Amino acid sequence: MAESLLDVKDLKVRFATEDGIVQAVAGISFKLEPGKVLGIVGESGSGKSVTAMTIMGLTRGVNARFDGEVLYNGTDLLKIPESGMQEYRGNEIGMIFQDPMTSLNPVYRIGAQIAEAIQAHEEIDKRGARARSVELLRQVGIPNPESRVDDYPHQFSGGMRQRAMIAMALSCNPSILIADEPTTALDVTIQAQIVDLIGRLKDDFKSAVIFITHDLGVIAEIADEIIVMYAGRVVEQGSTRDVFYDPQMPYTWGLLGSIPRLDRPRVERLHTIDGSPPSLINLPEGCKFRPRCPHAFEKCMEEPQLENRVETPGHLDRCWLDVEFKRDHRDATISPGSEEAA
Amino acid sequence: MAAFFIRRIVGMVLVLIAVSFIVYLIFIVIPGGDPALRIAGRVATPANIASIKHKLGLDQNIIVQWFDMVKSLLNGTLVSYYNGTNVSQQIKEGIPATFSLCIGAGLIWLFFGVLVGTISAIRAGRVADRLITALALIGISLPVAWLGLVLLYLFTEQGFGGTLGTLFPSGGYVPLTQDPVQWAYHLILPWLTLAVLFIGFYGRVLRSNILDTINEDFVRTAKAKGLTSQRIIVKHVLRASLIPIVTLFGLDFAAVLGGGAIITETVYNVQGVGWYAAQAIGTQDLPPLMGLTLYGATFIVVFSTLIDIAYAYLDPRIRLT
Repeated sequence: MAESLLDVKDLKVRFATEDGIVQAVAGISFKLEPGKVLGIVGESGSGKSVTAMTIMGLTRGVNARFDGEVLYNGTDLLKIPESGMQEYRGNEIGMIFQDPMTSLNPVYRIGAQIAEAIQAHEEIDKRGARARSVELLRQVGIPNPESRVDDYPHQFSGGMRQRAMIAMALSCNPSILIADEPTTALDVTIQAQIVDLIGRLKDDFKSAVIFITHDLGVIAEIADEIIVMYAGRVVEQGSTRDVFYDPQMPYTWGLLGSIPRLDRPRVERLHTIDGSPPSLINLPEGCKFRPRCPHAFEKCMEEPQLENRVETPGHLDRCWLDVEFKRDHRDATISPGSEEAA
Repeated sequence: MAAFFIRRIVGMVLVLIAVSFIVYLIFIVIPGGDPALRIAGRVATPANIASIKHKLGLDQNIIVQWFDMVKSLLNGTLVSYYNGTNVSQQIKEGIPATFSLCIGAGLIWLFFGVLVGTISAIRAGRVADRLITALALIGISLPVAWLGLVLLYLFTEQGFGGTLGTLFPSGGYVPLTQDPVQWAYHLILPWLTLAVLFIGFYGRVLRSNILDTINEDFVRTAKAKGLTSQRIIVKHVLRASLIPIVTLFGLDFAAVLGGGAIITETVYNVQGVGWYAAQAIGTQDLPPLMGLTLYGATFIVVFSTLIDIAYAYLDPRIRLT
C-alpha cells in the first residue's frame, strides 16, 4: 500500500504545567490523502488546535512531551529537529490561524509578509517575490491587488486579512493546508466566503486540508472526513456523511443540534450541551462525556474504546449505548421539534 | 504633516515659557534665594541691599524681572550674579565635553542594553538570564557618584590604582580636535559610569517586552512560515519590542545632553554643561540656572517630538496629528 501524504498514528501530547500534567491530546490517528479535507471538530480545550500545531511542530517546548508518529510522506515530523522543521513549515505544510487581526505583523506591508514566506523557501529576487504576492492576492480575491499589496494589515478588513493569511499559507504551494478555526473571528457572511475560498483553492493548489472548527455547520460542505474531539480524545470519527446522518456519539448530537437550520421547523431555543468541558488535569472517571450526557448509564463508568460499532467500516465512536437505541433517540437532541412537526 | 509641526512648535514655545517662569518663581520663593542678600554679604545695610536690588532690577514686578532675564538670555547678554561671566558663553563652552560624554555613553548603553536584554529574554529562566538579571539589578542600584569614585580609586593614580599602575587618567577632558586618542582615553571611565545604570534598566525593560512579544500571534505566523529563529527574533520580535525603548532612549538621552549628567561630569571633572550646572547650584546663581534649565528643557521638548516622528515611522498604525 502506498504511503499516505500524512499519517498520524496514535499521537499523544502532554504538557507539564504548574498545576500538573495536562494530557492535551490522548491519542489521535488519521490519514490524509492529497486533495482531501479532514475536519476536526470540538469545543475549546478538546485538543484540536494542539493536534494541528503539533503537526507543524509549533507546540515544542521544554514542558511538552510527544508520543506516537506524525508521518509526512513517510518521515516522522516529531523526530525532526527544530532547525529541520523550517523546511516543512510554510513549504510543505501551510497554516492559517483563528484571529486574522493579530496574526499578521502590524508593522510590515502585506506584500512584504507574503514575499518573506516565499523567500524563506525559494531562491527568488525581491521583484519576483512581489509579483508572486500580487498574483496570490488576486487568487484569494483581493480586489486591485497591485496597489493593495503595499497596504499595511490595519488597512485591510478582517475578511481581507484572512484572505491575505491564506495567500501567505499557500505561497509556497504546500501539500497540506492547516486551517485552525479560520472563520471563528469573522462574521457569518465572510465565514461562508472563506470556506468557499479554501474549498476552491485546495483544488487549484492540489493541497489537502485539515480544517479545525467548533462549528460542524461550517465544514459540512467541504470536509470528506470528520473527527470529533472531546477532552483530548477522539470520540467519533468517520466520513462526513456518516457523522452527519448516522452520528453515534451523544456529544456529536449536541454539536449537530446547536447548528441553526433553515430546513427544519424553527425552535424556541437552539440545543445547548449542559455543563462545560472537564478540566484536563482532573478528568472524570470512565467516559469523559458522562457527566454531561443525558443517556449515561452504569457502564459509562468504564471508558469505552474508540472502535467500529456500526455497519459502515471506518466509522468509529466511543459510546456504550446500543446502536438501535441511539438511532431512535438522537433526533430529540439533533432536531428538537421535528418529531412534533412530523 | 505641516499642521503637526506647527502645533508642536507652538507647544514647545509654550512649554519653555512656562518652565522658565516656574524656575524663576521657585528661585525667588526659596529661603535664601534673594540674590541681593547673598551679594551684599554678611554685614549689609538695608540701603546697600536696596541699591543692589535696584541695580539687578529685583525691585520691579516679578513678571517684569522674569521677562527681562529671559530677554537678556535670548540676546546672549545674561551674566552670572556671582562672577559676571556670560551664561550663554559658558554653556556653549561646555557643550563639546557634554556631547562627547553623552553621545559615547548613549551608544554604549543602547548597544549593551539591547544586547543583554535580548540575550536574557532568549535564555529566559536559564543561567545566562539569571546572571544578567542579577548584574542588571546591581547596575541599576549602584549610585553613580559612588561608582565613579570607586572606578577612580581602582584604575587611576589617585588611589589603589596608583600602586598597581595607572590604567586610566583620573579625569579631565581633552577636546576631540586636539587629540582623538587622548579624548577617548579620558572618556572611557565617564562613559562606563554614565552607561551602567541605563544598560541595566534598558536590559530589564527590553527583556520583558521581548517576552511579551514572543507570545504574539504574528510571531507564531512567522514561525509557521518557516523562517529561521534568528530572522524571527530580529525582524519580528525585536522590531516590535524596541518601540518602547525608543521613547526611553529619546528622553534619557535628551536629559543627559541637556546637562543631566551632573554627577558624572563633576566626579570626573569633565567641564561640560552638567559640571557648570553643579557650580551654579553650589553658588545659588540664578542666571546660569535659568539658562541651563531652558537649555535642558529645549532638548526634552525637541526630543519628544523626534520620538513621535520615530514612532510613526516604526509603527505604521500611528499617524502624526
